Amino acid sequence: MKESAHRPAPGPARPYHFPHFERATLDNGLSVIVVPVRKLPVVTVSLVADAGAVTEPAGQDGIARLTARALLEGTRSRSVDALTESLERLGASLDADAEWDSGALTMTVLTSRLSEAMALVAEVVLEPAFPERELERLKAERLAEILQRRAEPRGLADELFSRFLYASDSRYALPDGGSAASVSAIHRDHVAAFHAARYRPGSTTAIIVGDIGVDDALRVVRSRLNAWPAERAPGVDADDRPARRTRAVHLVEKADAPQSELRIGHIGIPRVHPDYFAALVMNMLLGGLFSSRINLNLREAHGYTYGASSFFDWRRQAGPFVVATAVRSDVTAAAAREVLTEIDRMRAEKVSAEELSLATSYLEGVFPIRYETTAAIARALTAMVIYGLPPDYFDTYRDRVRAVSAADVLRAAREFLRPEELQLVAVGDPAVVREPLEAMDLGPMQSYDTAGVTSQEAGVRGDT
Amino acid sequence: MRIPIETFRLDNGLLVTLSEDHTAPIVAVNLWYHVGSANERAGRTGFAHLFEHMLFQGSANVAANEHFELVQRAGGTLNGSTWLDRTNYFETLPSNQLALALWLEADRMGALLPAMTQQKLDTQRDVVKNERRWSVDNQPYGTWWERLPALAYPPDHPFHHSLIGSMEDLTAASLEDVEHFFATFYTPDNAVLSIAGDFDPSEARELVRRHFGPIPRGARKPPLPDMSLPDRFGRWLRATVPDEVMVPRLFLAFRSPVFGSEEYYSASVASAILGVGKSSRLQRVLVREREIASEATGFTFDLSKGADLLVLDVTGRPEVSGDTIEGAVGDLVDDLRTNGVSREEVERAIALVETAFVTSMQSAGERADKLSMFATYFGDPSLINDQVDRYRAVTAEQVTQFARARLGKDNRASLLYVPASAARSGVVETRAAAEVVS
Repeated sequence: MKESAHRPAPGPARPYHFPHFERATLDNGLSVIVVPVRKLPVVTVSLVADAGAVTEPAGQDGIARLTARALLEGTRSRSVDALTESLERLGASLDADAEWDSGALTMTVLTSRLSEAMALVAEVVLEPAFPERELERLKAERLAEILQRRAEPRGLADELFSRFLYASDSRYALPDGGSAASVSAIHRDHVAAFHAARYRPGSTTAIIVGDIGVDDALRVVRSRLNAWPAERAPGVDADDRPARRTRAVHLVEKADAPQSELRIGHIGIPRVHPDYFAALVMNMLLGGLFSSRINLNLREAHGYTYGASSFFDWRRQAGPFVVATAVRSDVTAAAAREVLTEIDRMRAEKVSAEELSLATSYLEGVFPIRYETTAAIARALTAMVIYGLPPDYFDTYRDRVRAVSAADVLRAAREFLRPEELQLVAVGDPAVVREPLEAMDLGPMQSYDTAGVTSQEAGVRGDT
Repeated sequence: MRIPIETFRLDNGLLVTLSEDHTAPIVAVNLWYHVGSANERAGRTGFAHLFEHMLFQGSANVAANEHFELVQRAGGTLNGSTWLDRTNYFETLPSNQLALALWLEADRMGALLPAMTQQKLDTQRDVVKNERRWSVDNQPYGTWWERLPALAYPPDHPFHHSLIGSMEDLTAASLEDVEHFFATFYTPDNAVLSIAGDFDPSEARELVRRHFGPIPRGARKPPLPDMSLPDRFGRWLRATVPDEVMVPRLFLAFRSPVFGSEEYYSASVASAILGVGKSSRLQRVLVREREIASEATGFTFDLSKGADLLVLDVTGRPEVSGDTIEGAVGDLVDDLRTNGVSREEVERAIALVETAFVTSMQSAGERADKLSMFATYFGDPSLINDQVDRYRAVTAEQVTQFARARLGKDNRASLLYVPASAARSGVVETRAAAEVVS
């Protein structure tokens, strides 16, 4: 650091509070959260159902996303064209999608058009038609996406990394959108049944954020969604067992690739965990910030990459912990070595007070910047609902970040980073990366083609 | 909705815009330098963007990468990006850290060169080469950023060449280039500074004067060559690229009126009618009715000099040929020219534009960036408050008239990617553009 004499000191901090929210429950069990934000004439609405990929019936992987998207494909009284046009003429952009722990409809609209737009949202969730033709179209689009993945190194690396991490019968081993085989086997009746089973008011929350008062918001929600028959979907826990507990290297061969996509990691921890804040701060220092150890090492000291980062993929059960980067082919093994060194260093000794404060002061200061928009506030409350975070979570967040000590960071590194269990995935040019990776002797190495098939399997099947 | 705006200019030419909003203790600082890849000299493609990386390598009173560290330590977010005709640098911070952001930006505008070294340049050159591999070379269809402008602008036009740059030109960049580029383009009279959010205007004015006031005005930058172009290509330009992709994808571009012009708003509405939202024509007909495409969008590049591009981007289904996609998109555009657009379609497009605009203005960073944009391109940040009205003034007749004038067969450029295995025609060699973030 240079001489800091001329540097302006901060003025007194002005107070910030996460927007105040009110909760209510309708007679049919629907939870409602209203967050009045008087800034611009706009409102974001989210309907968050316990209808994520982890709740899918066995053998129907991908049905959660398919069902969410199919909600927008027409209702009993409106074709897909009529429905979309009604929404877009109100200037409403309505998205429906599912991830691991939820299925959600989200819409942002000008306040003046909220009531009309909400009527359409209610129609979509209460009276979907799931037209056969549109459903088959969505399935074909998912199959095309799976095919395209084979030529897309980033997505391919992410997808295969999860497959190598989790036990083969864990839902987490497959992409949340499902596989070609599972998606092909899904029919209209399955989708209608999944919708009936998982989109129920007792396990759904309506979140309304923006330029509207609590009473008005409740009135709009009640008038549109009270007719939803009272029922509740039972909770489902995902299976998060690992595929193996020893280190292994997985080389996905992409001949002539100009760069290697690297993923290095193992299974992490669930979102709700007593040491969440220690893990969060530890990861910021390891690879979560631009000035983190891994990024400064790989990008700024070595020039190996455009960027390198690490993160915990937070889910209700244990999602992956991963270091992700893309590096020049000829330094693939050297870059992997640096990542392992940084993980070891994180576990070896306490960070200095100066380094610790980089993460804690960042997380504390950036807090209000994260909630500038109605959509961002709705996302934060969606996380609160999905993971069951306590009502004072946002009000105590900065105190809890500040309370993390260097000893906490060391404990988190030693507990949550497990070098002996790391799985290393490289999607790259085998002619350049195989030998140096083998020479590192990290563990047994297996090669795959871009469909994720090993050479042995291909030989046995004789079809690729 | 109107954004409050105050504007003033320092004696050294720096144009400053302020926009107060006290709903949260947040402030955004945003600087646009009126220089982009269009200003690069021959043999130095990619230099404007490489130079953007060098601006994070320290200045007289700031160490390498310390800019990032100081802003993040203060609880701020930051980045920079390079485009064909501008480069921007921006941070959003807790509002009590405004002075830090202004000091950091002023230090690198006033005194970058003392911190520049060969080693820093070599490292950032490697970083940028990896950025090129990541965003262009190892990404399906990643070369479209280069190939489309190369196809749609003549070889001697400043928008023709690659924004991220060729590997050879990146290798050739020297410290002398850094010095020369800095002295020529990174001057207060070639920049706009915008501050949006929670600040006291008199205090902000005083801080701006203190930190930026002493920086000397530049010797005038060399003017860009005449960038004007005929209204139409004059024929249907075609390039087919057999590539390592699984499905065909078409980029169909039209030469289009420059951003901010009267006709631009008709062009923008036409692109939305064709390709914005699920009830746009491309999605309704190609994705749902005919089921030959899986994705389809339309947009404009929003270039304010020479000529803009209106682009339709359509990804085919695996079993469909590139030729079928190209024919189907052509038919759709022909139909729009022949039969025109309806008032309802125009209203739908404008309603979506309006929601997107109001929604984006919630963010201080977005607000500051748009103020800088209007100030840089047109010298008038208050144009931000006219945008929704200018869209609302567009009529169906104007859109139809625009389509008839500009979307004909003599003004199309198709860049068609096909799976290499299914390819028939030869590769077209082109070079040129991407919005790159540092």
